[in-house]
Amino acid sequence: MEEIKDIRQDFYVNMGPQHPSTHGVLRIVLRLEGERVVSSETVLGYAHRGVEKMAESKTYVQMMPVMDRFDYVSSMLYEWAYVGAMERALGIVPPERAEFIRVIMGELNRMASHFVWVGAFLLDLGAFTPFLWVFDAREKIMDMFEEVTGQRMTNNYFKIGGVHDDITPEFLKMLDDYLKMIYQRMADVEELIESIVFLERVKDLGFISKEEVQSYGLTGPVARGSGVMIDTRKTEPYSVYDRLNFEIPLGTKGDCYDRYRVRMKEIIQSAKIVEQALGMLPEGPYAEKAPKVVKLPEGEYYFAVESARGLLGVYLLSDGSTKPYRFKLRVPSFANLSIIDKLLPGNKISDVVAILGSIDIVVPEIDR
Amino acid sequence: MEFASLLNTFLGRVILSVAGVMIVFTFNALIAVWLERKISGHIQLRLGPMEVGPHGLLQSAADGLKLICKEIITPQGVDKKLFGLAPYMVFFPSLLMFVVIPFSDKLQVQDLNIGLLYFFSISCIATIGIFMAGWASNNKYSLMGAVRSIAQSIAYEIPIILSILNIVIITQSLKLSEIVKAQSNIWFIVPQFIPFIIYLISAIAELNRTPFDIPEAESELVAGFHTEYSGMRFAVFFMAEYTNMFLVSAMATTLFLGGWNGPILPPVVWFFIKTYAIVFIIIWVRWTFPRLRPDQLMNFCWKFLTPLALVNLLVTTFILKIL
Repeated sequence: MEEIKDIRQDFYVNMGPQHPSTHGVLRIVLRLEGERVVSSETVLGYAHRGVEKMAESKTYVQMMPVMDRFDYVSSMLYEWAYVGAMERALGIVPPERAEFIRVIMGELNRMASHFVWVGAFLLDLGAFTPFLWVFDAREKIMDMFEEVTGQRMTNNYFKIGGVHDDITPEFLKMLDDYLKMIYQRMADVEELIESIVFLERVKDLGFISKEEVQSYGLTGPVARGSGVMIDTRKTEPYSVYDRLNFEIPLGTKGDCYDRYRVRMKEIIQSAKIVEQALGMLPEGPYAEKAPKVVKLPEGEYYFAVESARGLLGVYLLSDGSTKPYRFKLRVPSFANLSIIDKLLPGNKISDVVAILGSIDIVVPEIDR
Repeated sequence: MEFASLLNTFLGRVILSVAGVMIVFTFNALIAVWLERKISGHIQLRLGPMEVGPHGLLQSAADGLKLICKEIITPQGVDKKLFGLAPYMVFFPSLLMFVVIPFSDKLQVQDLNIGLLYFFSISCIATIGIFMAGWASNNKYSLMGAVRSIAQSIAYEIPIILSILNIVIITQSLKLSEIVKAQSNIWFIVPQFIPFIIYLISAIAELNRTPFDIPEAESELVAGFHTEYSGMRFAVFFMAEYTNMFLVSAMATTLFLGGWNGPILPPVVWFFIKTYAIVFIIIWVRWTFPRLRPDQLMNFCWKFLTPLALVNLLVTTFILKIL
């Protein structure tokens, strides 16, 4: 009898590095069985520029603008982490006003980042309109940044001892109008997004348990979506966050829908923080005097902030010269992405983009 | 006089019909694309095309010109014959479907007595074209898009046919002109509202448009079955899509909205008003909802739409029997 040959083959699909939904040059090799993912492998390094090595040949101040270019979506939070580490080393305490300006700018940037996320996530799911609705809200934040810092993205606004420029009356007016508008806009966007199709797509998809959050070192909205209370602003308060009153939204089940809810609530919380900080904004200098030539005393320094994606740490090892001996970043996207290969198997190919989208990665910060 | 007599010959009718269909087709391709871009623009808090012509009216023509000028790329490793033929296999059924559309009581290419059957049989041919495109492209995304398209088309044919069977049972005819005439008193959308909704949902699925656009799911399959197509070949797929949108709307008008019936205005104007109202709804749905997952799409069809259509058909038959 003739032997019946098994003609089934493994069907591999390269998702990326050029693909509309991998948010940059990320490559995921999917092994498929029909529409179902059997296993996946994430391949990194397409945007690797060796920035951490580059930092060793640049002075501390020269490195400032480069900090914007890791996570270009929430760049000021990166500046904050770097500036914070240097201030800790030099023992400089920025004036009150500077701290509040930093909080305002940082939270606005967090909102802008989450807006980009919401838009891109819905784009991954196939809905185009929410993208433009939230980008309209983000555009106004960009306009405010332009007013104060002169740049829309990659602002290079923070400096050792404070910020580069004081905020202007026009900025305050724009911010005032913005805060009046944003709650209504968020309600509208939510109403638009949460159609039955959306709920069907994202509910009960891509569960992350509390144990997995800890074993994979997940932080940010991904961890909070699973109900784990990790937020540097609360657990290890920096700047003036201990004086501000805000909530940390938490999810319960840890599915894609919870992660979406957490981010949507965080936008509202950030707006509330900005409102408070604006009310508490003191008069005074916006920057402390800092040395012209920055030389960190010998030693190791670490400063962590809560970026829009999670815990962001800057580690500096100084040998006392004008350049760092070692520069290392702890980036949230890298740790958060590590769980993707565990989440994907068993899901459909359409869910791959939903799960990847819900994790919210920025590839240049992963590859560095 | 000679011209008039020429029109009465068979050849004259053919030439006139082809010219008429091409005019409607071109007009629709330009207007529907423009409408889609304008409506989506306003839904998305922006203006849409504004530069070329008043309110961007000539934008579609400019885009068409650009696509004609572009190089037609045939990638390596494709099945050249199938690859070249596929766009036209998708496109020509759309033109053929115009044959039975009753634009008014007089404007109809051919009033076939199996008009309805003809329309839906011809529409199935396009699926073969889509599968040819996906298969010949030698691209995994294209193949997956094509496979999804087949599954979807076969699934959603059934609720469509079941929903229009109600109309056939009521009017006892497959002839479209008679179906329209039967609606001179009351439009079928009133007694047959559920079939209308089923028809509309299934038609959007047949058109491969959001929320049922899984064969070309941009964020998953790049562009699905037409990933490898460029230039005019892509434009042909594109035009077929918008022509089909017009055709299913025209069929919805004919079957449920009373066709060309209407007061004061000439019948053909009523026909176009109703058709573009349906086109507007289809565009509106597209720019509001995300995309369904393929398995959810199948579940929705087999577990909800098809049983609902069947029950409705039973009820209609039952009521007609009693009356």
